[in-house]
Amino acid sequence: MTVLDLNEIGLRTVNATLQSGSPEIKSFTVTNPMGAHAIACGLQGSLDVTIDGHAGFYCAGMNKDATITVKGHAGVGLAENMMSGTVRVTGNASQAAGATAHGGLLIIEGDASSRCGISMKGVDIVVGGSVGHMSGFMAQAGNLIVCGDAGEALGDSIYEANIYVRGKVESLGSDCEEKLMDTEHLASLTELLNRSGINADANTFKRYGSARTLYNFHPDNAGLY
Amino acid sequence: MCGIVGLYLKNEQLRPQLGSLFQPMLSEMKSRGPDSTGVAIYRDPVEGAEVKYSLAHDSAEFDWQLLSIGLASDCDCQSSIVQIDTHAILIADAPEQQVRDWIKHNHADIRLVGSGSSVEIFKEVGLPDDVYSRFGLSSTAGTHMIGHTRMATESAVTTAGSHPFATGADLCLVHNGSLSNHNRLREQLEKAGLEFQTENDSEVAAAYMTLKIREGATLREALEQALVELDGFYTFCVGTETGFAVLRDPIACKHAVLAETDDWVAMATEYRAIATLPGADAANIWEPKPQTIYTWGELS
Repeated sequence: MTVLDLNEIGLRTVNATLQSGSPEIKSFTVTNPMGAHAIACGLQGSLDVTIDGHAGFYCAGMNKDATITVKGHAGVGLAENMMSGTVRVTGNASQAAGATAHGGLLIIEGDASSRCGISMKGVDIVVGGSVGHMSGFMAQAGNLIVCGDAGEALGDSIYEANIYVRGKVESLGSDCEEKLMDTEHLASLTELLNRSGINADANTFKRYGSARTLYNFHPDNAGLY
Repeated sequence: MCGIVGLYLKNEQLRPQLGSLFQPMLSEMKSRGPDSTGVAIYRDPVEGAEVKYSLAHDSAEFDWQLLSIGLASDCDCQSSIVQIDTHAILIADAPEQQVRDWIKHNHADIRLVGSGSSVEIFKEVGLPDDVYSRFGLSSTAGTHMIGHTRMATESAVTTAGSHPFATGADLCLVHNGSLSNHNRLREQLEKAGLEFQTENDSEVAAAYMTLKIREGATLREALEQALVELDGFYTFCVGTETGFAVLRDPIACKHAVLAETDDWVAMATEYRAIATLPGADAANIWEPKPQTIYTWGELS
């Protein structure tokens, strides 16, 4: 395991080292992150990176295959546009966690703020706590699992994605509705919870998804424009 | 884009270090607002009938002592003044309105940027460390400070257009965001007798709260009404005599983070501004919810 002291060597050196693809070293710890932006962005390959402290904006963005753990909180845009791999935050995440992410698994053990999973395109997001308003906004594919509560306008303008919430939903957004939870969904939810290491019974969740009424322009609405 | 920060020291033993603890917070927000910097510091409260005024003039050569002597003579009061770069802190025991009227009548080129018992406001065009050093704030003691680094989006880069903006006695506002109905609101506020020094939208927010407080609202009520009447994006930090308040717009468009330990409470646009405080790693850190008023100290 190699230690990279961000305070000492700077963000560019930390990221350049992580992105260099050295075949010998696969395990890194980034110390003194001090809330810096874009830590461990654009990683490729089976690296194991631990960020020891609170990360700033856009941490672990565009991740491909790497396993990245933030031991602390993460700022805005965590794991933005992740393609694959695993990102875990032991604390809370700020706004737009997992935005536009295509794949991989994002685990936030604490709470996530507003717009979690905005425009998600295939990522699986598991939140141990609650999510803020407009989470799952325009979600296109993947699973958003919330073990706590969800804020206002959950799943607003959702295309296709599964949203599972165990707690209270403050309100559903436009075109988002509660769906039947069948065995296929229970199995998928159970598997994701297990893989995330989050202890919750899949049977206690409700599923939400798209009512699909916004897919096509409806002539009755012509006067609204 | 702007950066805002606030720090309240709960631990009295840290208060002699207020200036040095606050500087890295402000400095870290340089990239969010490199064109102007401003702070409000709460220190050295005056006593009795005295009121403290923060004054600014475009020229550092302005003769402030002459102003103080003239004020004392014309208003038959005790008056003292200390020049700090382009600003000066005036303390006078005449009624506040009399002092304000006297300054306006005799020195129209002076900007009165704040008043109260302990607040002092300093703001200038420039980078945080440069402005901080011009006003000699690194070694200052005090209970709390709020600050702003500005990246102007809708009005000129001037000293007058920098934050904080005063909203009443010992009250001032820093703003990250942009208001969309500020022109109409400014017209309404002008009709109600408020005067404006700039085209800045944040000055309108400050004037709005000034009017509400003047009409008898508490700061909390003024902030609640602001949620209804101010249209746009904002995270506000409002400095008060005893602490500060934080408010985000209903969709929480602009970033904000709060952190608290046994020794201090801090707010910032980003955590990196808080990271340099002692014990920040282990602080209780959370993101303020939209349209929720968070306060430290008494909110009168």
